[in-house]
Amino acid sequence: MYVMFASRNKALKTTPSRSGRPLREKNNPEDFTVIFRTVIFATCLAVAIPALAAAQDADAEKAVEKYRQMMKEDPWSNPGLLDADRGEALWKTPRGPNKVSLETCDLGKGPGKVDGAFAELPRYFADADRVMDLETRLLWCQEKIQGFEHAALITKPHPGGGQPVKDTGAIATWVANKSNGMTFAAKLDNPQEREIVALGEALFNRRSGPFDFACTTCHAEAGKRIRLQPLAHLAAPAGAKAVMGEWPAYRVSSTNVMTMQHRLVDCYWQMRLPAPEMGSELTVALIAYLTKNATGGEIAAPGLKR
Amino acid sequence: MKIIALATAALLTLPAGSALAQQMQMQMKMQKPADKAATVSAAKVDAVIKAGLPAFPAPPEVWQPRLTPDETMKICAATHNDPPKAQLAAIEKAEKAKIEYPADNNYLGDWKKGEALAQSGYGLRFTDYPARRANGGNCYACHQLTKAEVSYGTIGPSLLGYGKLRDFKDSEVKVAYEKIYDSHVTFPCSLMPRFGANKVLSIEQIKDLVALLMSKDSPVNQ
Repeated sequence: MYVMFASRNKALKTTPSRSGRPLREKNNPEDFTVIFRTVIFATCLAVAIPALAAAQDADAEKAVEKYRQMMKEDPWSNPGLLDADRGEALWKTPRGPNKVSLETCDLGKGPGKVDGAFAELPRYFADADRVMDLETRLLWCQEKIQGFEHAALITKPHPGGGQPVKDTGAIATWVANKSNGMTFAAKLDNPQEREIVALGEALFNRRSGPFDFACTTCHAEAGKRIRLQPLAHLAAPAGAKAVMGEWPAYRVSSTNVMTMQHRLVDCYWQMRLPAPEMGSELTVALIAYLTKNATGGEIAAPGLKR
Repeated sequence: MKIIALATAALLTLPAGSALAQQMQMQMKMQKPADKAATVSAAKVDAVIKAGLPAFPAPPEVWQPRLTPDETMKICAATHNDPPKAQLAAIEKAEKAKIEYPADNNYLGDWKKGEALAQSGYGLRFTDYPARRANGGNCYACHQLTKAEVSYGTIGPSLLGYGKLRDFKDSEVKVAYEKIYDSHVTFPCSLMPRFGANKVLSIEQIKDLVALLMSKDSPVNQ
């Protein structure tokens, strides 16, 4: 069944990236070596070529870990905080056709209540009659309160490499930051919430596309890596807890903040599938499943990624 | 190094795929809280996929087949890549039937081209249209292959010394071709893409990869 598209590749026309992804192979594992080498230079650690590849891998990982440690010791050095500040200003500024701020937006803990809201998302919202993650809820509030057009909000919703995170993402970065130090505690226990977690699990395991990939191809086992890039064991609580709280994260390789919705687009790109639409049930389901697995994990957003 | 090579050889002779899958399934079972069970119908999952993946940027009719798993993939996903014995034979048979062999029965291409293919991850992503060059195999993303390339992944087993460990046997040359063309014939519900069956790589490209694994002068066997 794949003969059709394989033979027609050349006839396909280029379309501008809806996701905002630049037309280059940014996250190709081919590039990982380059990125790692850059990080190593940045930390002023000279890595000689050791006899055993394993030793070199360990060195490379140590270098990146040292870089992360340096960032942790000086959290104000994370450039993602600038976007969090921008997000706070965007939240408080009257915007959109209705010229009002988002200060009446209910993220689940009451209108305008931001502190700790991210720690309890995704959740079911009666006004929208659906489960929403943080970014999907922010789309809803911008649409319903400020009068933005839904189609405009989800067209090119993510930045290309080098561009700052879009407005919704900046607001999400600030809101997530306001749950720092707390742990993921989304209840996800009413029927709609339980259904979307189950849906997320089904999507996580679903294998399709020309590479037969599922999320589980990379994220169902601990201690694995693609090229030199360690992979998170997202199917297990330990693995999900270790990384979910770092998103949205500042990505050194693209020099911008990447949100979880954007991160999923990257996964689908790598899986040779179409880009998931921002705020679609598919994205909310996957985020709900991952967040459920991460229950109890500490939130430290924005994190720092390669 | 010899010890590592021997250990690798021992590992390779095991049906590693299914053992790993079994372990994975056990882990998955352990982490599933029974009281939270909720079910989702296959139709619902299909509908969510169709709605959430706008088949961008290629024309939808070209990308639609990607969104639907075939029978083998349905079984693999439903069983966490560890199909019960009853389904193993069905998968092997269905996948074996998909293999096209080189017309002249020559399975060995050019290992140098194979090495380039093993390095390249290009192709079939939504930014890869129109195609600017041939698809890559991206073998190094998951496998160790040569001593020179230290940036390799670990999702698949190490293939260092692959041909040497098999005494460069002719029968093993054909097996290597089949594994790359459609890994499910050897390891049902393997995580590896079906490079030939899914038309990711051509027969000539697969021959180049077989040469990388099985040629005496390939860096894989040095």
